[in-house]
Amino acid sequence: MAEQMRVLLDGIDEPGLNTIDVYERTGGYQAMRKALTQMDVDTILAELKDSGLRGRGGAGFSMGTKASFMPKGAMDKYLCCNADESEPGTFKDRLLMQKNPHRLIEGIIIAAVAAGANKAFIYIRGEYVLQADVLDAAVKEAYGKGYLGSDILGSGHTVDLVVHRGAGAYICGEETGLLDSLEGKRGNPRLKPPFPANQGLYQGPTLINNVETLSNVPVVINKGAEWFKQNGTDQSSGTKLVSVSGNVQRPGNYEIELGIPAREIVYDLAGGPPPGRKVKFWFPGGSSAPVLLEEDLDRPYSFESMAEAGSMLGSGAIIVVDDSVPVVSVCLRLAQFYRHESCGKCVPCREGTNWTVKMLERIDSGEATPMDLDLLANVQTNIIGNCLCVLGDSMAMPVGSMVKKFRGEFEEHIERAREAADRLSVELGVAAPPSDQAA
Amino acid sequence: MTRPQATGPGPRDTGQTPGVPTDWDAPADLSKDPAVVPDLSSVDVPAELEREIRDHMAKYPNHRSAALPALMAAQRVHGWCSPDAIWQVAAVMRVTPAYLSSITTFYDMFNTEPLGHHQVYVCTSVACNLRNAQALLEALQEAGEGYEDANIRGFECLGACDMAPMASIDGRYVGPIDPDEASDVIDALKEGRPPLPGRGLGDDGFKLPWEDGSNG
Repeated sequence: MAEQMRVLLDGIDEPGLNTIDVYERTGGYQAMRKALTQMDVDTILAELKDSGLRGRGGAGFSMGTKASFMPKGAMDKYLCCNADESEPGTFKDRLLMQKNPHRLIEGIIIAAVAAGANKAFIYIRGEYVLQADVLDAAVKEAYGKGYLGSDILGSGHTVDLVVHRGAGAYICGEETGLLDSLEGKRGNPRLKPPFPANQGLYQGPTLINNVETLSNVPVVINKGAEWFKQNGTDQSSGTKLVSVSGNVQRPGNYEIELGIPAREIVYDLAGGPPPGRKVKFWFPGGSSAPVLLEEDLDRPYSFESMAEAGSMLGSGAIIVVDDSVPVVSVCLRLAQFYRHESCGKCVPCREGTNWTVKMLERIDSGEATPMDLDLLANVQTNIIGNCLCVLGDSMAMPVGSMVKKFRGEFEEHIERAREAADRLSVELGVAAPPSDQAA
Repeated sequence: MTRPQATGPGPRDTGQTPGVPTDWDAPADLSKDPAVVPDLSSVDVPAELEREIRDHMAKYPNHRSAALPALMAAQRVHGWCSPDAIWQVAAVMRVTPAYLSSITTFYDMFNTEPLGHHQVYVCTSVACNLRNAQALLEALQEAGEGYEDANIRGFECLGACDMAPMASIDGRYVGPIDPDEASDVIDALKEGRPPLPGRGLGDDGFKLPWEDGSNG
């Protein structure tokens, strides 16, 4: 029986943990003290790099390396915490911000100092009203204690932090879309390069990290890179919050050591599918990840192993689909999401998501032929890699994988839907019975 | 075509501010110059709203960053992003109304028409849909039939797949909700009390039915 390994979730249910007094009583802000008074910037960066901490938002890039890309020298530099958690299936940052906001703030202070940023923002999605209120209160407390503002603990470092609420757009979780939105515009992604580390918010160098990544920073500083690396695998160090949802008996957030078999997460922790049902397929890293099959559950859950399987660990959100659900309905619902959320800037994404939905609706309503499946797959390959950001790819990859892995079921679905549509039109008298047509 | 009345708690949208278009759908008058930044002295902005917008502007290195929070504040006052609301924000922020309407039409949480006091968003994305979200949406819409003061709509992923099927009711995450409870929810809204007490994220002792209290 797999057990959770609690690092980020350690003591998360402590009453009042969201207040600075309780947080400090349980050892909070010690990492910040250590980083600001005993370590210099290069040591902090080296420690972060050495820990192997990878971005928990989706791309999985080394956090320390990303921070070290920030140019040196005196200029306005920014840190943005990406709290626009909108990937279907993901709800881990919501828990971290609501229950332990100060750990995030502590991580932001340390990361901002390491990156040389003096102004930090938390871009939180507008729907998270409760969590934004909790963060606002926590930021106020941290200012009151002198942990935010100028000359923190007499170290000479200045970090200002603003909680910025979004207004409902998935695309603002894309880092350059987030920057545009934070500048007060429509959240349209930008062309890269220049990368945000060189030209980001207000054209200044900007470091962008996910909530869970930044919440890990105090752990790395407190306990050291060596300790952090003990958990997980060589290429995926540490623990990971996994949001399990869909057809399981106990959906929720579970913290696991990276590299344990996915089956243990789905069955032992989340209770597996309802009685009598089997896992049909699952998304290992949010709805943007290509789907995997039941037998893939035996693979270790880590960045490298999910990539090997042709998918990705992404944001660490497992959506389980059981064998009672038709694949076409999941595929259609998924495509509708991306059609709605496409910002419309790049043609392949704007048109591709729209036509994918239309084709899937045809499949569902009995107007399609098996040839349409080739067309559907073809549209997906024409989206991938052809847009400024990966929103289009995020639909194309899972849709493409579903068509590939469940082609037989798609064909059956088309056939059944056509027969049903034929029967209906005969009943309504709008078409002659098939036998007459043959003659 | 008559313009629908705003239902927000603040001043009604009278359409009397000079230069404010009275109807978004009316054809543009091409003989006129494009809208410019409205003159603050000619626009009547509620003092409280103006102060809030200025507070937001002061937080950022560039005052335009305050567009989202400022519009959200105006929406709270006016009930929706009415032409008057946009005009007032534009006057305080020194931007064109067109710039602001480009934003209100982009983000899902801005209402570009009056839709009632209560915002009920039912998450119908992939994960929730596997747990009966569509049935919940339909049940709520049926129970809310004829109740004009609530905007009941499907919403893309709200980040609460563990609570599925769930709804964000005036910003409060409530779930899991059985479709049979839909009329309780609507009744509570009509009577002005929070629906399903104890079942909202952040409520005292909130936990999911299957857990020991370690997640909420």
